Amino acid sequence: MGTRSDGLDLLYIDRHLLHEVTSPQAFEGLKIAHRQPWRRSSNLATVDHAIPTTDRSNGVSGILDPIAKEQVITLDQNCREFQIEYFDLLDERQGIVHVVGPEQGATLPGMTIVCGDSHTSTHGAFGALAHGIGTSEVEHVLATQCLVQQKSKNFKVEVTGSLGPGIYAKDLILALIRLIGTAGATGHTIEYTGSAIRKLSIEGRMTVCNMSIEGGARAGLIGVDDKLVEYLEKRPFAPKGAMWQRAVDYWFTLNSDSNAVYDQEQVLNVSEISPQVSWGTNPEMVVDIDATIPAPSDFEDANSSEIAERALKYMGLAPGMAVKDIQLDKVFIGSCTNSRIEDLREASKIVKGRKVASRLKGAYVVPGSGLVKRQAEREGLDEVFKNAGFEWREPGCSMCLAMNDDRLFPGERCASTSNRNFEGRQGHQGRTHLVSPATAAASAICGTLADVREFM
Amino acid sequence: MRNTAFPVFTHHVGVVVPLDRANVDTDQIIPKQFLKSIKRTGFGENLFDSWRYLDEGSIGKTDRVINPAFILNDPRYKDASILLARRNFGCGSSREHAVWAILQFGFRCVLAPSYADIFYNNSFNNGLLPVELEESIIDRLFIEASQSSPTTVSVDLPQQTIRSSAGIEATFDIDSTRKQRLLSGMDNIALTLEHKSLIEDFEVEHKQQMPWLFSD
Ligand code: SF4
Repeated sequence: MGTRSDGLDLLYIDRHLLHEVTSPQAFEGLKIAHRQPWRRSSNLATVDHAIPTTDRSNGVSGILDPIAKEQVITLDQNCREFQIEYFDLLDERQGIVHVVGPEQGATLPGMTIVCGDSHTSTHGAFGALAHGIGTSEVEHVLATQCLVQQKSKNFKVEVTGSLGPGIYAKDLILALIRLIGTAGATGHTIEYTGSAIRKLSIEGRMTVCNMSIEGGARAGLIGVDDKLVEYLEKRPFAPKGAMWQRAVDYWFTLNSDSNAVYDQEQVLNVSEISPQVSWGTNPEMVVDIDATIPAPSDFEDANSSEIAERALKYMGLAPGMAVKDIQLDKVFIGSCTNSRIEDLREASKIVKGRKVASRLKGAYVVPGSGLVKRQAEREGLDEVFKNAGFEWREPGCSMCLAMNDDRLFPGERCASTSNRNFEGRQGHQGRTHLVSPATAAASAICGTLADVREFM
Repeated sequence: MRNTAFPVFTHHVGVVVPLDRANVDTDQIIPKQFLKSIKRTGFGENLFDSWRYLDEGSIGKTDRVINPAFILNDPRYKDASILLARRNFGCGSSREHAVWAILQFGFRCVLAPSYADIFYNNSFNNGLLPVELEESIIDRLFIEASQSSPTTVSVDLPQQTIRSSAGIEATFDIDSTRKQRLLSGMDNIALTLEHKSLIEDFEVEHKQQMPWLFSD
């Protein structure tokens, strides 16, 4: 938009999404400095991270954890005081911020979008430039509608081929991170192109863009096509009538030129990939479901073998062991990576008519939003899951980061559709294996990590 | 109005503690249970909580079981104010609480070969200097900092140099505007608001071109 007196560029922000965890200190900063939000209507808030996913009928007063409760009340108050549109705990539109924005049509092509959350990259699936920001930046965006921005480099990822049966967007992105590494795209915005990306549903594209940050990129982008426009039409925040047509015409002008130059490029053919599973403590530590656990000596440099050794120890795994022999304690289907209706449909197909293995201490399905939950219930998916022995929960981040009571206990092992397998991410000393919703479902039935292709 | 957002950074001399792990993520720097706080302070106690303590931490919990094997608990480094780290430091979640925890523990500066973008950016909004050094320099600093008597490093931001007590010297790159921000400690919001009319003009034009982005 323009350059500041100190030489830094200002980027005008069209949409600012807020949640309870990274906003309280920003609102407090505004109050101390007697500042007001620059453009209230650009902001949209919801609660997701710290809330319980069990019965909500008592609203905020039903939150048992006093500290989480205070955080939710603080967001309630801040939204009221600063007149910001807010989907509270009792609102059916409430859900994980990255599920809610797109679902409402609050995420549109060509927008600049920020949120105090690293998975804001999800919104790039809509041809929007979407970044995660820190709390100081949340305050800055509230007060000025701008973000101080350093231009990032471009990284083109061309995904070719076709996903085979039992292979999904989640496997695609895990395979990519395995290839480029967790810092592979640091300083870059990834643009995903290629026939395999075009063939993905909008939900699948969100799954891919969501995990761009796990490859080090602050943002991931996918160009506009008819499928996207169809997805957006008639969503509550999307333009209507004559304005809709005008917007659509503009959106199609946004795509990159075919001769665009990139700072880095990578091609990935997904025709041959298997279901992917993480074995270690960062999202590049990934293997095929039918493989064995690697040994530290499989890694070239001393540094990487040391990292692998530490990860194996934390995960309680021995080199050479078959991935499919790894026994689980819990299964989690949810998070902003995989909690949309399509994810639940795919998982339910595997679960239907089967039972969760008796060795599991818990199997959870946590829809991404109240509207996803309602849709799934209309389709009878809740019954499929419940009949199999899954718990059917209220929407939120839940066991993706375990800020509420949904978590792993020390030593417990989980197949999870979330995006991070860091030490302790799902609970102190918990062990996470990142997988697709279908793989999670198959694993819940087997009680071990399982090859979903054997269920098809 | 706040004139400076944080204490300015010009020079710093301090003891270096070597944290020998790559890809240290913000979930490790400050685990999720501490993010429930609505305050900006009080995070230093729980920096690297699941490594520093053997018991599981929660907000306000005292009586902790210290993990003697963790480097920050080594008496050699009790006065450390510079954190030496490996590549891709600060990856993962965008939580600025990670930077607050590092500062509130008493660090003013991190030395590493590379950082994750959001963490790097958050550092400058709080007065923490993340110095990016070549891997070979970092390796040498690790050796020096792991000796029985602790090493100190002197960081000179205006000159963009570091020098260790045993004589390792290096220069580092830093974007000039970011450098300026640490040196001045200026309130970022006040700086942007100096350009109020620029933003307003842009907004008018933007609204004409893309009216569907404005519901008001
Ligand atoms: S679901 Fe997980 S990754 Fe997504 S916003 Fe919530 S905590 Fe973050």
